[in-house]
Amino acid sequence: MRLRGGARVFKRDYQLWIMIAPAIAAVLIFNYIPMYGIQLSFRDFDFSKGLTGGAWRGLDYFRQFIDSYLFTDLMRNTFLISLATIIVGFPAPIILALILNQIRRKRMKNLMQTTVYLPHFISIIVLVGMMNVLMSPETGVIGYMMKGLGLGHINLIASTNTFIPVYVLSDIWQHCGWNSIIYLAALSTVDPQLYDSAKIDGASRLKMIRYVDMPALVPTIIILFILSMGNILSTGFEKIFLMQNSLNLPVSEVIATYVYKIGIISNQFSYASAIGLFNTLINFVFLFAMNTVSKKMSNTSLY
Amino acid sequence: MALKGLGGKELAFNIALFTLCAVIFLIILYPLYFIVIASFSDSTLVSTGKVLLFPKGASLFGYKEIFQDSRVWIGYRNTLFYTLFGTLVNMLFTMPAAYVLSRKEFKARRPIMFLFVITMFFNGGLIPTYLLMKDLHITNTFWVFILPFCVNIFYLIIARTFFETALPAELYEAAVMDGCSHFMYFAKVAMPLSKALISVIGLYYLVGHWNDFFTGLIYIRDNNLQPLQIVLRDILLSNQVFQNGAGTGGGAASGGYAQRYADQIKYGVIIVSSLPILMLYPFLQKYFEKGVMIGSVKG
Repeated sequence: MRLRGGARVFKRDYQLWIMIAPAIAAVLIFNYIPMYGIQLSFRDFDFSKGLTGGAWRGLDYFRQFIDSYLFTDLMRNTFLISLATIIVGFPAPIILALILNQIRRKRMKNLMQTTVYLPHFISIIVLVGMMNVLMSPETGVIGYMMKGLGLGHINLIASTNTFIPVYVLSDIWQHCGWNSIIYLAALSTVDPQLYDSAKIDGASRLKMIRYVDMPALVPTIIILFILSMGNILSTGFEKIFLMQNSLNLPVSEVIATYVYKIGIISNQFSYASAIGLFNTLINFVFLFAMNTVSKKMSNTSLY
Repeated sequence: MALKGLGGKELAFNIALFTLCAVIFLIILYPLYFIVIASFSDSTLVSTGKVLLFPKGASLFGYKEIFQDSRVWIGYRNTLFYTLFGTLVNMLFTMPAAYVLSRKEFKARRPIMFLFVITMFFNGGLIPTYLLMKDLHITNTFWVFILPFCVNIFYLIIARTFFETALPAELYEAAVMDGCSHFMYFAKVAMPLSKALISVIGLYYLVGHWNDFFTGLIYIRDNNLQPLQIVLRDILLSNQVFQNGAGTGGGAASGGYAQRYADQIKYGVIIVSSLPILMLYPFLQKYFEKGVMIGSVKG
């Protein structure tokens, strides 16, 4: 039987369509329908209508957020936490990768890699739980060490001054190793001849890091930096939420945790999705701005 | 490495490197090591800072309490089920789709890929997603752990890139000559050749399910459906250490009797809950780098 073009392609490809259909269906339902639900930020929420929403309210909910007394606090906290995470947390895996890349003995390198990847697999609950027991000023081992060093009686987990450092440093402890993998992969593509000729020129190991390894990492660094700027306002909800307590709340309440409290706890769905959308839009502005800057300065960009 | 023949500078560099590595090693590993020894030690000695390097005054009090706690067991059972069933569904959705997207002759691959990649940068946010789950009537059922977001686009791209680079085109042509269909080729050729990939992606999904507490927090009200991570939160962070509620108030009495025993249970429960993942870890560790490298080839 002879089939016309379209039908023949279909006969050839129908099994492919069957194999990809479940994934398409899942993405359409769980990723795209919620995007349609964003319009709730401009409407009243109506329990009988669900995602479709009720009366049109325009930008009322955005105005309500910007006028609310919490607005400046939320914005400041979110920015500060993200900024600290980027400034301190971003270079850490790069430095770690450069260090690990210097280890010549294979077994030692393997041991180090196995060790530094490990914390990535611990759940956030366990991490925050560990922080609570280890940093407890009365019974924790870090509390004792600090007393031993004469730093006195500081409650690291329940103080407005220490919240951001503890958050950022524990984040580095957990993810620095894992995030270094991508840089190590980039370093492994460096042509070994470059090291040889550098050696012949009398370059020291430090010089090789500076003039051979660093340039090899630059493209990866730029791309990852743009991506992290695009997340400037998406502080991880889970860890901050779990680290929150009544004492550190003035510095630990961020947009994501506020959306959870307003939306899921107090059921103000429209207001909460407007705040969420506001957050997403600011992220987009940063992503776009960084990408443009990088395109102009180094010809590297996401798109 | 022989020290002879190394310049003084080179030697100094090696010493500095070794010291740096030792410091990093200790910073990463010591907190974990401390939790392990503290969980086996006498709680009085731990809470007065006497246990630092080795366990002292062996005590299994924490573990005894944990094994008698039915919440932990219900959580364990639930999480085990969500993790295994969830990962199975993930793989059944992800692997065939990744194979299809790796087929160059499949005309729709670009638009479909585009549809998928957009979701990496843009999503509806918490509230619309929550309302969708309510409309679908899967909140407060086990399905909410299995179905939503069962395709992780990042892992899908890793798998697609792997299929593109690891399966030679000649292999497929030869199979087609023998009358092999896409179903057959996928099941009999592509999958058996992709064991490393299946291990990496499977592990990523597995760990994601095991550590997921967000789903339980947002969508589950029934205590019998709560995953282990939510039980952990009650014990570790909300200080509901003892099932009969004895630890709840005791946490406030600083350095008191209840707090000491509560900490003992906390150390133990950290170990008990992380053990399965940490046991899997050494076996799959060698694949990690491969997995990331496969993914970073094209992104």
